[in-house]
Amino acid sequence: MKAATIEAPQRYKRYLTWIFFVVLIVVCAIQTDVTPYQLIVGLPQMGTLLAEMVPPDWSYLPTIWKPMVETIQIALVGTMLGGILAIPFALLCAYNVMPNRTVSVPVRLILNLVRTVPDLLFAAIFVAIFGIGPFAGMLAIMFFSFGLIAKLTFEAIESIDPGPLEAMTAVGANKIQLIVFGVLPQAMPHYMSYLLYAFEVNVRAASVLGLVGAGGIGLLLDRSLGLFRYDRAAIIILLTLVIVLVIDYGSTVLRRKLL
Amino acid sequence: MIEFHNVSKVYPNGTRGLNNINLTIHQGEMVVIVGLSGAGKSTLLRSINRLHDITEGDIQINGQSITEASGSGLRRIRRGIGMIFQSFNLVKRSTVLRNVLSGRVGHHSTLRTVLGMFPAEDTELAMDALERVNIRDKAYSRADQLSGGQQQRVSIARALAQQPQIILADEPVASLDPLTTRQVMDDLQRINRDLNITTIINLHFIDLARQYATRIIGLRAGEVVFDGTPEEATDEVFSHIYGRSIHRDEVLGDHPPGEDIVTVIPDPAPARTDGVKS
Repeated sequence: MKAATIEAPQRYKRYLTWIFFVVLIVVCAIQTDVTPYQLIVGLPQMGTLLAEMVPPDWSYLPTIWKPMVETIQIALVGTMLGGILAIPFALLCAYNVMPNRTVSVPVRLILNLVRTVPDLLFAAIFVAIFGIGPFAGMLAIMFFSFGLIAKLTFEAIESIDPGPLEAMTAVGANKIQLIVFGVLPQAMPHYMSYLLYAFEVNVRAASVLGLVGAGGIGLLLDRSLGLFRYDRAAIIILLTLVIVLVIDYGSTVLRRKLL
Repeated sequence: MIEFHNVSKVYPNGTRGLNNINLTIHQGEMVVIVGLSGAGKSTLLRSINRLHDITEGDIQINGQSITEASGSGLRRIRRGIGMIFQSFNLVKRSTVLRNVLSGRVGHHSTLRTVLGMFPAEDTELAMDALERVNIRDKAYSRADQLSGGQQQRVSIARALAQQPQIILADEPVASLDPLTTRQVMDDLQRINRDLNITTIINLHFIDLARQYATRIIGLRAGEVVFDGTPEEATDEVFSHIYGRSIHRDEVLGDHPPGEDIVTVIPDPAPARTDGVKS
């Protein structure tokens, strides 16, 4: 009898949750004019666009090659710098390494703040400060990956085996020795994996940075779209797709070997 | 020499972990601490190198108070005390040699150890320590490739690399099978005898305690209720320490010939079939 009375409100709650979500989605869709009608009306337009993309303008390839390489370079440098910067912050955040909350809580707050800013907004801000060009893009990628990697890494650090830390305390190690001998060897494979993941994400992110003037292939994409040269946009998109696929594949293989 | 002066430990929730402990442990003794789980064995052991803080009294290591030490002074005392854990506490992804060398970090500057620039004598010391526990050939293997018994011997080697005067072992054989258990206990005994290192071990196997200890300390509810030689620690004494009769799972069994077998008093509760280890 008792079990039945306990179960009933739970089921009730589950139904309510589902109803809540459906209502939420429908209301949002109506408010933002997301209707099947829009989709049907837009479809022919999509067809025209696709038709104009074919055939892609292959002669444009040499022109976009250099900005494409620049895009990868922005992603690479930004990810590396952000990743390096993330290490001390991740260590300061992790409660098992830094039990002193007066340090870890404010550092976590900074990290959370950094992560609330989208990468394109970072890019727009840095373009305003440092002017148009890849430097602003690199900075944007750096801050974006810093927030991402630091957050994932400190969570990985908090989940490491506490045993070796205890052992290092017992042998008379100081904090830095404890980190180098107890924490880093355990957290390193996770960190490397996050670094590669961030690089993957950043190559994609860097290819649209040009939309706000922060260098890379995005500038040419923006220009091609603005001039209605969809055949050129098509080749840019194709090349980006190939590069992203290659990098994704490479990083997946590497990450599997790490863990 | 380790001295406990009126040592008590009260946990924040009011539980008394240790209650007015007074002990003197001399250099070279092989002390086994016995008692039920929750009797304070681990708390007592970990208070010696201050992995646990005490709330009252004082503990002195060779005349130096570890209770009052802090910072580099505390680390200096700790580096003279090796510790062995139930779960080995090795860095599994690092090599055996690096794990053993990590026992040397207290002897060198931070920069030197962080860069991994241990002097050649240290590597030799680490290899000798591995030799002493018969796993020198595993020096360059990753720690997670070793069996449980081998990993525990690596952790003994790590403790030896510290060149300690004291070794603490918190249930060192609790996660090992009976055969490996004896090998690890033999290693600890040999090290205790050869190097005159004071060795303090928490154990829950009564027969092992009697076989290896030169002195047995019985704890019950945070108090020392027995302190004497293995000969004095009769079955009655153990029943007193445990506050009940001895269970079969508190005897390792598998005795070498000629050893005394502990009399197991059958438990009046429903028959136990789980705990028999052989």
